[in-house]
Amino acid sequence: MRKISFRRSVLLSLALTLASPALAGPASDPWPGLVTDIFQGRAMAGGDGVLTLEAPTRAEDAAIVPMTIRLADPVRVKKATLVIDQNPMPMAAAFAIGAGSGVGFISTRVRVNSYTNVHAVAEGPDGALYAQAKFVKAAGGCSAPAAKNMDEANAHLGQMKYREFKSSEAGRREAQIMIRHPNNSGLQMDQLTHLYIPAHYIDRVEVRQGDALIFSMEGGISLSEDPNFRFSYAPNGAKTISVEAHDNKGNVFKSEWPIGEAS
Amino acid sequence: MLRCAITLATAAFLCCSGAAATAFELDEIAPGVYAHQGQTALMTAENLGDIANLAVVVGDEAAAVIDTGGSVILGRQFLAALQQRTAKPIRYVINTHAHPDHVFGNGAFVATGATFVGHKNLPRALAARGEFYLSSFRAAMGPALEGVTIVAPSLTVADRLSLDLGGREIILTAWRTAHSDCDLTVLDKKTGTLFAGDLLFLRHVPVVDGSLLGFLAVADALAKIDAVRVVPGHGPRVAPWPKALDDQRAYLTRLTADLRAAIKKGEDVDAAAKTAGQSARDDWRLFDDYNGRNATTGFAELEWEGQ
Repeated sequence: MRKISFRRSVLLSLALTLASPALAGPASDPWPGLVTDIFQGRAMAGGDGVLTLEAPTRAEDAAIVPMTIRLADPVRVKKATLVIDQNPMPMAAAFAIGAGSGVGFISTRVRVNSYTNVHAVAEGPDGALYAQAKFVKAAGGCSAPAAKNMDEANAHLGQMKYREFKSSEAGRREAQIMIRHPNNSGLQMDQLTHLYIPAHYIDRVEVRQGDALIFSMEGGISLSEDPNFRFSYAPNGAKTISVEAHDNKGNVFKSEWPIGEAS
Repeated sequence: MLRCAITLATAAFLCCSGAAATAFELDEIAPGVYAHQGQTALMTAENLGDIANLAVVVGDEAAAVIDTGGSVILGRQFLAALQQRTAKPIRYVINTHAHPDHVFGNGAFVATGATFVGHKNLPRALAARGEFYLSSFRAAMGPALEGVTIVAPSLTVADRLSLDLGGREIILTAWRTAHSDCDLTVLDKKTGTLFAGDLLFLRHVPVVDGSLLGFLAVADALAKIDAVRVVPGHGPRVAPWPKALDDQRAYLTRLTADLRAAIKKGEDVDAAAKTAGQSARDDWRLFDDYNGRNATTGFAELEWEGQ
């Protein structure tokens, strides 16, 4: 169900993007339309006390812009969605938070095409929505939200890396999952170069401790090359962390690591 | 009002363009080798994107242009200045990589009939980024973007290519991902002049838009090239070779060490981007415009070490 609505929102977003130059200038605010497309037009309350969005005021590198969603009380959030309003595919990632996972924060990295609002939207167990927004200035110079090293990412497609960190949050552990993937939007047949690069991106990731879901993510091309997730969670005594990632070409990547004794 | 300002700017340009040959500096730095020094600045409407070094090599029969500048207006000035120095046809226009300050002037050279040449990855990079650059530079460049189109190479280099300008051989070398994923250098064998493109920055802080480790490795490989002088992509139009590599190597090495230390400590990318490389701040121009970006790019790459 969730997948269907995500795909639909992607198609709508692409359609909007293609149509937008004729419809509106850069000053137009896409947010009301995104609320309709992604959140079925539902009302949203302010995010204070529920979630916090951390984003840089200026993107240093258009292709790698760190974003963090912090949850004040994970029990009150079943889903957290990150939206880059002005991007060609605004819905960057929707994180479903595992029940009892105790996720305190999730950091990831996104592409930012231009000056944009970024929204983080939390959905409570009762379906209520809470939103927080940050304005991010685009990166300058020759920075572009494009692949830096597509050949390298393709050569190691699906390779993963796991790291653990000492958590500053009481009773939680902190970990990082990295997945090698070009995560690119692809190109239509380019009139100039006659190049065609098909879209190729991670669209679903599930992270578990033992059998219990920590979080799952549905995402698209607004996530950076080599998708990267750093997060905190409440340990349940499981001995392993496992990841299953899917991309839009049907590839499935799986990895599992022992949870360290430290921290 | 805006239209009025643009008209005035155009008039100012037209009135000065008669003197373009003197306004556009293009100096002979070695026999038959001409170089133009770009400003150490970001591209703006005022500087017409004149921020990269541009060059020409003239053989007995023909000339090769190396990079075309950050606008067609600038490219036309470059072409006019070059035609005052030689009547020989331009056989090749070589782009050292895909960044706008090196390729936005290409349109000025299309009518010369020259063959455009670049790294095998240059068409892909232009396809992936060209339209984005045209729109992202709209705010900074405004009317100076007039006529800018993306011109892709018809001759590409996978490894190494020798071109003949008539009694003068130039060697083109395509490199692995370093400053970008499509860096190409040119060596004029006759005078031992190396055109490094953005594989060499002087004064202007180096920019990493490909691979930090690749940049260091390729710069070390470049050092082995038998040349006596270099035209860097940014900074003074000519410098002694290979000594010119020293400052850049020191910066990239320090940035790499700082990032590795931050990653080892468990810092996240935002924190590392604010601190890594900062001790080199006083050594470079435009440091605050690019160091945070280099640190971000480098962090994402170095995180994969020790797999």
